[in-house]
Amino acid sequence: MRFGIVVFPGSNCDLDCYHAAKDVLGQPTEYVWHQESDLSRFDCIVLPGGFSYGDYLRTGALARFSPVMTAVAREASRGKLILGICNGFQILLEAGLLPGAMQKNDHLQFRCEVRPVRLENKDTPFTNLGRVGQVLHLPIAHAEGNYFIDDAGLEDLLTNEQVVFRYVDRDGQTTAAANPNGSRENIAGIINRAGNVLGLMPHPERRAEEIQGGTDGLLVWSSLLKWWGERHA
Amino acid sequence: MFRAKIYITLKKGVLDPAGQAVRAGLHSLGYTGVAEVRMAKSVEVMVEANSAEGAEVLVREICERVLANPVMEEYSFVLETIV
Repeated sequence: MRFGIVVFPGSNCDLDCYHAAKDVLGQPTEYVWHQESDLSRFDCIVLPGGFSYGDYLRTGALARFSPVMTAVAREASRGKLILGICNGFQILLEAGLLPGAMQKNDHLQFRCEVRPVRLENKDTPFTNLGRVGQVLHLPIAHAEGNYFIDDAGLEDLLTNEQVVFRYVDRDGQTTAAANPNGSRENIAGIINRAGNVLGLMPHPERRAEEIQGGTDGLLVWSSLLKWWGERHA
Repeated sequence: MFRAKIYITLKKGVLDPAGQAVRAGLHSLGYTGVAEVRMAKSVEVMVEANSAEGAEVLVREICERVLANPVMEEYSFVLETIV
């Protein structure tokens, strides 16, 4: 399974994602500079975290116009797997590949901590090894993870089971106190209608090996490999 | 040449964390009469176009595609002719 890790000016989780795909999963992995226009050789394209274009204007707003994003949109429409983590999620929202928008955290603080996150949908290429209700402990590190969507959009997300991750408390409940940023309905990650584009604020690449303090994030990477393997055996 | 003064605000009903923080700061300074603060962005763009209509079409397009995010923001602008 071939992974492409997109590098924008200001990306800073690209090395971590590369390490997860290449060294932990053991899959052929390449960095892709944001000027590239052909991504057809990859099976999964990762938009990593960071501060692309310095977060100028709005997070993800300028990265969206990089040449590589035209190619990402093309591959997404062909059903390729696209994984946007943190700033990558923000870019997918700005590009319209996922619905909604990202706002400043409601308390205005940058939050960098490990958070319990509940898996809401396991019928995706990104989460098939999990079970619904399973709580993962994943790091978040952002100032703008306050997911916003209007009532009609939220209704669509819920009807189509597009919410994949939610912030929860120690007991797995979606309380207001468990919400680290003011995100609507404690949403931490969503998938598109077609089921091949996932965006999430927590960082699965930072919990892929024991040396990182835990392996809960491996679920996402291993699920991808399993999904792909079943179709290319 | 035209100058567009663009003003971008959060839609009504969209939470404005920065505005709330500024309001709280003003209250702590004693300005308790400040009922609400909404932050906004202002962008000035110089446009080369043959007519005001042409400039307006272009400014509207860049607002909708780039400068504002229609999911949560609204925009308005004033166009001035530069001689």
